[in-house]
Amino acid sequence: MAAIACCFLAAALPHVAVAQALASYSIAGDGIAESLTGQPGDAVRGRALVADRSSTCILCHAAPLPEVRFQGDLAPNLAGVGSRWSVPQLRLRLVDASKFKSDTIMPSYYRVDGLTRVGRNWQGKPILGAEQIEDIVAYLATLRD
Amino acid sequence: MRLCAAAFIFAALGALPVLAAEIPAADRRSGYSFMSSDSKAMQDDDTANPGMLAVLEGETLWQTKQGDAGKACADCHGDAATSMKGVAARYPAFDAALGRPVDLEQRINICRRDHQQASPFPNESHELLALATYVAQQSRGQPITTGDDSALAPFIAKGRELFMQRQGQLNLACTNCHDDNWDKHLAGSAVTQGQPTGYPIYRLEWQAMGSLQRRIRGCMTGVRAQAFDFGSPEMVALELYLMSRAHGMPLETPAVRP
Ligand code: HEC
Ligand code: HEC
Repeated sequence: MAAIACCFLAAALPHVAVAQALASYSIAGDGIAESLTGQPGDAVRGRALVADRSSTCILCHAAPLPEVRFQGDLAPNLAGVGSRWSVPQLRLRLVDASKFKSDTIMPSYYRVDGLTRVGRNWQGKPILGAEQIEDIVAYLATLRD
Repeated sequence: MRLCAAAFIFAALGALPVLAAEIPAADRRSGYSFMSSDSKAMQDDDTANPGMLAVLEGETLWQTKQGDAGKACADCHGDAATSMKGVAARYPAFDAALGRPVDLEQRINICRRDHQQASPFPNESHELLALATYVAQQSRGQPITTGDDSALAPFIAKGRELFMQRQGQLNLACTNCHDDNWDKHLAGSAVTQGQPTGYPIYRLEWQAMGSLQRRIRGCMTGVRAQAFDFGSPEMVALELYLMSRAHGMPLETPAVRP
């Protein structure tokens, strides 16, 4: 019981994203056309990342991941997102969702500026690294109705 | 410049940032009402509620002479059932000597220093939590009145500002969850309204008693923010805003929470 309620986002995570300059990207229309890493992502790794609470997606979203017992309902179910959005749109959504909706509660996963009182362990680091974002984008693209 | 601002025409379609709606008095719900029937039963039954151990310890401390002054709380305040009734329900309270609000734990430590000539209990220590729980239990069932004192207004305003401010790597404000999404779930947990009605609480996740400040620090770390220090003015302002936001709700100490 205590284990489920346990600390929502708090676990001290190994930080994948080391302090480093973000890869540059350019936004065209409502998406980012090119991969942040220059490589295609790996959908299998992306699925595992979304299923892992420390990536935070599953805290707010539900997703078609039957093995994940506790899924959030603060945000739309990710089932079918690959039909609703293109790969460039999904990429921008992860990089900076506020570009779609300025007051969204969805965090910007690849951004380090304009934030307040970031905890010591997380300063100067994006929530996810470029490779992780590409993996997740590749997975989301497979979620078709 | 890596972002091309001109490309965000679609962003203009998004809603303008709206001020989060505060919860109307009629819709205020304690964290209790979101709990499983097992946890509710644990809180309701004094023989099962682990917080009652803290109450008993607090009662003993209340009567124990301490410090160079050799005085017990009871020597000044007498029977807590009368002298402390309603006190926790109006805390944090304005301290005229300090010119700022202090919370119940700070008040207890001020009494230790000034009237018992004893050293302060550390934050979250067993003793401090026990005394605070004992004092707060004397207000069990009493409506929260914090904020009635107009001297508190600027501090409540500061706390409200902090509650509304996005923070941390996840860039979330307290209000995003506790005003706007309290009917939803973050993974398995009910988000709840973040009402401060039961503190100090026995939290199942902690397997221990803890203060409101500890709980708030948990949420701040949750959004990956640098949590305010125990006893800092910001922390007291947040407690104050939460208590004034819960105005009229009955105090439940010692509450049980997941
Ligand atoms: C704190 C809550 C929160 C977290 C964490 C979160 N999101 Fe979201 N997300 C939302 C909300 C709310 C929306 C709905 C639209 C909006 O407000 O932008 C959304 C929308 C989306 C959409 C578009 C969905 C649709 O049906 O149109 C995708 C895709 C998405 N999120 C993916 C993710 C992924 C992947 C992660 C983790 C890397 C994630 N989100 C983390 C809150 C969140
Ligand atoms: C991302 C969502 C989220 C944010 C942001 C958030 N909280 Fe919480 N909060 C929760 C959840 C979920 C719980 C309940 C957890 C549980 O009991 O298992 C909670 C519980 C609480 C409680 C305990 C209520 C009770 O019934 O005892 C308080 C008080 C609280 N939060 C205050 C705050 C404050 C103050 C802030 C901002 C500094 C904040 N929260 C930010 C999600 C959030």
